[in-house]
Amino acid sequence: MSGYLIRGVQLLGNDQVDLHLDNGVIAEISEPDKRLKVTGAKTVDGGGLIALPGLVDLHTHLREPGREDAETVESGTRAAALGGFTAVHAMANTDPVADTAGVVEQVWRLGKEAGFCDVFPIGAVTVGLGGERLAELGAMADSAARVRIFSDDGKCVSDPILMRRALEYVKSFGGLIAQHAQEPRLTEGAQMNEGEVSAVLGLRGWPAVAEEAIIARDVLLAEHVGSRLHICHVSTAGSVEILRWAKSRGIDVSAEVTPHHLLLTDEMARSYNPLYKVNPPLRTANDVQALRTALADGVIDAVATDHAPHPIEDKDCEWQAAAFGMLGLQNALSVIQQTMVDTGLLSWTQVGVRMSTAPAKIGQISGHGRPLSPGEPANLTLYDPSVKKVVAQSDMASKSSNTPYLGMTLPGQVQATFLRGYATVLNGSLTR
Amino acid sequence: MHRHLLSAADLSLEDAILVLDTAEEMSRVSEAPVRKLPTLRGRTVVNLFFEDSTRTRISFEAAAKRLSADVINFSAKGSSVSKGESLKDTALTLEAMGADAVVIRHSASGAPHRLAHAGWLQGSVLNAGDGTHEHPTQALLDAFTMRRHLRGGKGDLSGVRVAIVGDVLHSRVARSNVLLLSTLGASVTLVAPPTLFPVGVDKWPCSISYDLDSVLAKTDVVMALRVQLERMSAAFFPSAREYSRRFGLDSERLAKLPEKAIVMHPGPMNRGLEISAGAADGLRSVIVEQVANGVSVRMAVLYLLLGGAPQADIEYRTLVEA
Repeated sequence: MSGYLIRGVQLLGNDQVDLHLDNGVIAEISEPDKRLKVTGAKTVDGGGLIALPGLVDLHTHLREPGREDAETVESGTRAAALGGFTAVHAMANTDPVADTAGVVEQVWRLGKEAGFCDVFPIGAVTVGLGGERLAELGAMADSAARVRIFSDDGKCVSDPILMRRALEYVKSFGGLIAQHAQEPRLTEGAQMNEGEVSAVLGLRGWPAVAEEAIIARDVLLAEHVGSRLHICHVSTAGSVEILRWAKSRGIDVSAEVTPHHLLLTDEMARSYNPLYKVNPPLRTANDVQALRTALADGVIDAVATDHAPHPIEDKDCEWQAAAFGMLGLQNALSVIQQTMVDTGLLSWTQVGVRMSTAPAKIGQISGHGRPLSPGEPANLTLYDPSVKKVVAQSDMASKSSNTPYLGMTLPGQVQATFLRGYATVLNGSLTR
Repeated sequence: MHRHLLSAADLSLEDAILVLDTAEEMSRVSEAPVRKLPTLRGRTVVNLFFEDSTRTRISFEAAAKRLSADVINFSAKGSSVSKGESLKDTALTLEAMGADAVVIRHSASGAPHRLAHAGWLQGSVLNAGDGTHEHPTQALLDAFTMRRHLRGGKGDLSGVRVAIVGDVLHSRVARSNVLLLSTLGASVTLVAPPTLFPVGVDKWPCSISYDLDSVLAKTDVVMALRVQLERMSAAFFPSAREYSRRFGLDSERLAKLPEKAIVMHPGPMNRGLEISAGAADGLRSVIVEQVANGVSVRMAVLYLLLGGAPQADIEYRTLVEA
């Protein structure tokens, strides 16, 4: 025998079991409170740890090709593994844009070579994210990268006829359009959430209605043409209400929320520190509460990080000159613990659904988001919810350090991550 | 007093009155035959202007020079900034030159805040206008001018009714004035078309109105804000004429004011748009005085931030370097 024997781990935060991982699958799980007899396996002490299915991120900016100074597929997937992820979806807004089979295959291949987690490229909806004509969606779907999610993320597919056609077109290969909902005219030059704080700070506002109007339009379009729709990084209470209505009507829409929108508010902008500049912007405490409730009751299906690395010079400047975006992979699970588990809104089993099962289903990726059962792929993460630590820049495996949680005390620590039985992370550190 | 002046909200009532009282002292220097004090000798004040503003820059320059400070004018045009140098590198350069105070004007809201708090330099930072955020020394000179005319140059402004008319949304002068005037006890009414108020203005310590004529009879001070004509193309208002008819200060409107009311404008004025020539040059107008008072108020601020506590400053530096 070989592989890993994990002793006394709490399966989804419930029963204490032994887990044996071998040949890339979960070979055996003991009865609760019983021990497995395995010889030749490396033993991992699972005492006090929670076993979750390997996390799946629907929304990661890996920046390669084009901005290797900010992140590479390798550095980004290292950060992902440390965060407990075994699969990430790489957003299309690279340079060149991932709008051809060639680019998505390149990203897919780089992910395979790095080996820290599976990388599923997202294809652009329109050529060059230009919002004018459809990219070759079918070619990307048929490529080795098997693209199923298409998004112009960073930009909204704002032209209603183009959005309608995209929603229709991808039906032939079971694709999904992931919309970055931002009405462009209502957000020209926008810097932060429009409201009480922006009024005082004199920063141009990004009104909630600019997100909500697009979501309302697109759920109606999806209903009209009978297509699937996914909404990226939902950030407002009003968006939640529209999604709740759409789902109650049977419209095939799914939605994600970022960890930072579940924790931080626009009050952070009072520091004028661009670490808190992100798109969509941090909203109000009322929005945060609505998003938490929506994630708890399933109106929002999944957590997605919108991990967006930027080099120091793009953040060490005045707010208006700074880039939008923040790191997310490494602290995602800690933020979910603080905002959703410690508050009693989600059980660990439900965390597994929101951060693994549901995103894997939305992304239609096989081998991830599976139950922790014998015979299933050994993609899992072991998490210690009992520790507390102060987030430091030096902890970031990413090539960039723009974490908004800098200096904050967050709970929990990913102790180990297994990708098809191979330990990418052990004892809280990368294995290579 | 804080070590920096970034927002009018940095000033407590005591701080604000101290600045205004000190400015009264300073104005006597400006009236003396030798207009100079030795207070800031050997200290360096940098005027760091990323936006053209000759009036504000020369006001700060005159203030610093009357206090005997060494003044360096650093304007973005023709400097390395126009070649793409970052705010951070500019700040590090000024720090290396030993700037004791940096007076900054910048088109980005919050740029002075970053300069003060990003760890790039140690001197005091004075906000001389940042984007659509604040312009605290303008508010101080406005309050100083009001206090002279309506309160004999003493105390606070409790009971004074101020109407500020115009493009509140984009105005740093309005933001600073609302904060400072409310600290000083004045009651402020902002008047503008609804398009030129920010969302969230209802949380400010002031009232708002869309109807100038209904406000004037209950006003001791009316201040017109500069309106930029390019706002028309962004549909904030239909035309210059319509704006003028509804929100412009002219002689007919001024006739509705109480007898001792004064008319102010932060300049530069668009005569014929937000204010008529008759209103700008009329007996109620104190617009030229505002300019003179600007120098006294800026002298007071520089004196209090730099001259007031040199020892504390040295201790702070030792602390930071340790």
